[in-house]
Formats: sequence, structure tokens, C-alpha cells
Amino acid sequence: MSASELVRVEGVSKRFTKSLDLAAKIANRFGAKNREVTVHAVDQVDLSISDGEVVALVGESGCGKSTLGRVVAGIHDASAGKVFWKGEDVSTHSDAARKDFVLGAQMIFQDPMSSLNPRIRAGEIVGEAARVHGMTDKAGQRDYVSSLFKRVGLDPDYVRRYPHQFSGGQRARIGIARALAVNPKLLICDESVAALDVSIQAQVLNLFMDLREDLGLAYLFISHDLGVVRHISDRILIMYLGRVIESGPTRAIFEDPIHPYTKALLDNVPKLEAKKRSFATIKGEIPSPINPPPGCHFHPRCPVAGPRCSREKPKETIVAGGRMAACHLLDGGVV
Amino acid sequence: MSDVVATPRAKGEFARFVDRFLEDRVAVFGLGLITLIVLLAVFAPLIAPQNPYDLAKVDIMDSRQPPGSKSMDGFTMWLGSDGVGRDLWSGILYGLRISLMVGLLSGLIAATIGLCIGLIAAYFGGRIENVIMRIVDLQLSLPSVLVALILVALLGKGVDKIIIALIVVQWAYYARTVRGSALVERRKEYVEAARSLGLSHTRTMLKHILPNCLAPVIVIATVQTAHAISLEATLSFLGVGLPQTEPSLGVLISNGFQYMLSGKYWISFFPGVALLLTIVGINLVGDRLRDVLNPRLEK
Repeated sequence: MSASELVRVEGVSKRFTKSLDLAAKIANRFGAKNREVTVHAVDQVDLSISDGEVVALVGESGCGKSTLGRVVAGIHDASAGKVFWKGEDVSTHSDAARKDFVLGAQMIFQDPMSSLNPRIRAGEIVGEAARVHGMTDKAGQRDYVSSLFKRVGLDPDYVRRYPHQFSGGQRARIGIARALAVNPKLLICDESVAALDVSIQAQVLNLFMDLREDLGLAYLFISHDLGVVRHISDRILIMYLGRVIESGPTRAIFEDPIHPYTKALLDNVPKLEAKKRSFATIKGEIPSPINPPPGCHFHPRCPVAGPRCSREKPKETIVAGGRMAACHLLDGGVV
Repeated sequence: MSDVVATPRAKGEFARFVDRFLEDRVAVFGLGLITLIVLLAVFAPLIAPQNPYDLAKVDIMDSRQPPGSKSMDGFTMWLGSDGVGRDLWSGILYGLRISLMVGLLSGLIAATIGLCIGLIAAYFGGRIENVIMRIVDLQLSLPSVLVALILVALLGKGVDKIIIALIVVQWAYYARTVRGSALVERRKEYVEAARSLGLSHTRTMLKHILPNCLAPVIVIATVQTAHAISLEATLSFLGVGLPQTEPSLGVLISNGFQYMLSGKYWISFFPGVALLLTIVGINLVGDRLRDVLNPRLEK
């Protein structure tokens, strides 16, 4: 644990349980077979982010990366495991410390439209929380919001507009200004640029990097776009069906992936120089997290899987260079 | 900055809403009808030739006169007079005041209660939601006339008592409607953003979720107000509603009922027409509001 560690999660799991209602319970008395359905969205994940660091969380749709992001942001409470903010367990926090955590970790959402309340003006969307938490008052809100608008590259004259009167890129900027209003230390970007077209994506990514330099922000960058991740992140975590299967410095992972899943993902990044390539897509689809495959979750789709993979969950093995991978190839083979 | 600026709409949301509403002529007729009725009720003391509450002005010799006869005071009773000699036109104007007041007031209070309860159910979910919604189901499974009848029988007569009874009958409709749309809004990311910004539950519910749930509530409110007015008339007609001293439309209809078979139809008929027009007007507006506010229903 380094001195500048900002947030750390240890063995965090998030389960969503659909419990039985009264009707289903009564039906069960008469022999129906309704069972509680539990989804392990996140399964015993460790993760830490230092001050000013950019960590990317990569994975297919449905692998639990958004849920993990929401746990780190304090929107969801973890079902198991601990979240540490500046070295302290948030579950034992006092109210003030809890507020520091909730405000300190801000989320930038995927859909710029549904993440802004359509009935509230842009100036109030950005300034409300700052006013409620006493960072500004009613008189100062106008100036406070104006400076935030300028910082994210919006015209301060637009404060009286409603969200539908902005373009997609501008809405994304409002979302960023709203998060910045409470002076966060960590921004959790949940596919924040996926809904934007490519030129605007670049602008928003540049804005993120400018903010990192100016304000010393750390980022948890959730994405499925490896091209974007490669350019902005210091470290990468690859998730598959709720578990982190590989992590390490960005450069090392791109140059020498260890886990077969990571290899397959990187093979499918479109490249300019490759004129003739055959895309060996990963077989099949991501399995349902309601009923995940036993052992290594990836084994039904893995090109090098052996009998051991379907029996035993692979250990997280530390590899040289600050890397980790969970694969039986690293600890004794797949047989 | 180089983002393309979205062209601001030429008209605000509200102006477009008004335009859409006015496209339907039947709805405009309904709106005109309600406006007229409300104006008549508000200015009843200026319009009515007689104050039906003022016993000095009411003459027993005028009782049961057919429409168009002259009163002892010299004015023409265009709609005739009732069993105690009150001019029916004046009676209807004053009756509208009470009927509308009871309908609107009970609707307003019931809506406030229902909105709060429905929002709480949708927002917190789980056991709270289950308990609230089962109470709502229970309430909605009983016929509203029956519930109101029992309550009024227990509470006694009077304007306040009947308003309480109508609130009890109505709140569940609002609660269920709001819960439905709040459940949808609650899943949206702006609610998560509000949580992430450390805003309180109350602020999130009232400032962020509630304004986005109001469209269906407006529709329900019109229909429920019409329902409340007719329910009050029903109770008064059955003799458990408002007392004779505060004659609503229902009381007037009830008063004339005993004369129906003797050919003196007007004592019940004209208050009945007034009630009918009020309710039809409100329902026409309500139907159109539903069409305009819910684009999915459009043909």
C-alpha cells in the first residue's frame, strides 16, 4: 500500500438477488419450483488506484465492469469485501468521512442524455450539489458554474439552457462539469465516450487528460475500446464474467499479453498496418452470470483449455513487472 | 469549442403542448365548457337572480313552478323552481360552487398524499414498496362508492367530512400512477448521478424524479376530479352527503326526485344536465391531455 493510495477495494463482490415474492412462495408450497436468482456481477475483485493514476477496466459487455465502477463510486454498496478510501475502510466511516468518499469519487456516465435530468437547466445541474454541500452559495453559484463551464469548454452563456438544447459532446461536458463541481479526486468514467462520435471522443479524452494535469485527478476508465485505453491509461485490468483475469501496466499488457482471453481481445483490435488479417474471433458469447461455467469462467471459449480448467478456479498469479494473471498455464498447466 | 450547437427550438415545450392540445376541436369544446362552468360558479353571486341561501328572498308561493314562469319577486325563472320555491338556475349556479370546490379540493389533497406515497414506494422499493402497494391494491379492489358510503356514514354529514371520504377513495389511484412512472425514472442515470453527488433522498425524489413523473398524473387528476364530483353527487343523492343547507348538484337532484313521477321533471333534470356537462367537459379535456402527453397512443 503506497502512501498516495486513493482508493482500494479488497475481495469485493456484488450480487444482485431477485428474491421470491409472496405469490411465488405460495406457488412453491404447491410444488412449483421457483428459486431465488442470484447474479454474481462482481466476484472477489481487488483493485487499487493511486493519486493521479489512470486505471482502465476492460471487458466485454456484461462482465461486471460498470457494477465494479459503481461500487468504487459509492453508488452501490458491496455485497462482500471492503472498500478503502485514502486507506480507511468506508464501512466504518463517520458521516463526514463518508461524504468525503462519496463526493471524492465521481461518476461520468455513458449516456449523456439520460444522465442529465431533462427538466433542470444546465446551470442548476452543475451547481446544485456544490450549493447543497456549501462549496458555494446562492449568490456565488453563477460565478462558480461559469468557471466550471469554461474549464470543460462550454460557453457560460448556456447556463439557462435545458439538456435537450445541447449536442451530444456538450452534454458529455455538462456531465463532466457536474462531477467537477464537488472537487473530486477520482473520476470513474463508465464508457463515457462510447456514445460520442470519433472526433468528439478525441476532444473529450483530451479534456480528461488536461483535467488530470491541472487538477491531479485519478481515473478509473471503464471501456471496451482498447484503442482508447492504450492511449490514456497507466494500468489495465481485464475483466471476464465478474473476475479480474489479468492486470498490469498498459505497455506490458499490450506488448506481451499472458491470459488467452487478453490475447484474443488484443488480436481483435483493428490495426492500420495489417493489410491481410484473418480475424479469429472469440468463440461463442459471454456466458450468463446467473449460471457461470465452473472452474475458470473462460474455459468454454478458451483455445488452450484443458480438463483442469473446468474443475478448478485459477489462482491469481503474480508475474514480474507488477503484473497479475489468473490462468492455469501459469501454475502447473491445464491438464 | 467546436461542438456543433444544437439549434434551439423555435417554441418552448409548453407552447408546443398547447398547440397539440388545440388541434382537437372536441377537446377545445370541452375546455370551453369547463371554463364557462367555472366562471359561472365563481361569479354565481353576481349572475344568479336569487340567493338560494337567503331565506328572506325565497318565497314558498314560488315552489314547483315550471320553467319560464315569473317569480313573486318579478324575475323569470327560466329553469323553474324547486320544492321550496328556490329558483333552479340560481340553485344550480350555487350548487356548482360546492360541487367543484369539493371535487377540486379533495383531488388536490389526494394527489399530494398519493404522490408522496407513490414516490416513496418506487424510490425505496423492497418491503416498503410491497406494504404500500398491497394497501393500494386493497383500496382499489373495493368499489369507491361503497368505501365513501361507509366513511360518510361513520363521519357524519358536512363538507369537510365528504372531502375526507373522497380523499380516502382517491389517493390510491395517484399513488399507483406515480409509482409506475417513478419506477422508470429511478433507473435512469441522472438519479445515480444525484446519489453520487451526495444529494439527500428527499431532494432526489422531489426535485429530480417527481417533475419527470407528472405527465400521467395530470391525466389522472382530470379523470379523478370528474369522478370525485360525480361521487359526491351520488352520496348526496343517497342522502348521506351534503346537508340541505349546502345544496350541491347532488342535493338538488335528490330534492327533485320525489316529484319526478308527478311530471315536475325540471327539479331533477336541470341540475342533472349541469352535472353531466361538467363531467363530460372534464373528461373531454382529460382524454385529449392523455393523447398529447403520451405520444405512444397516437394514431
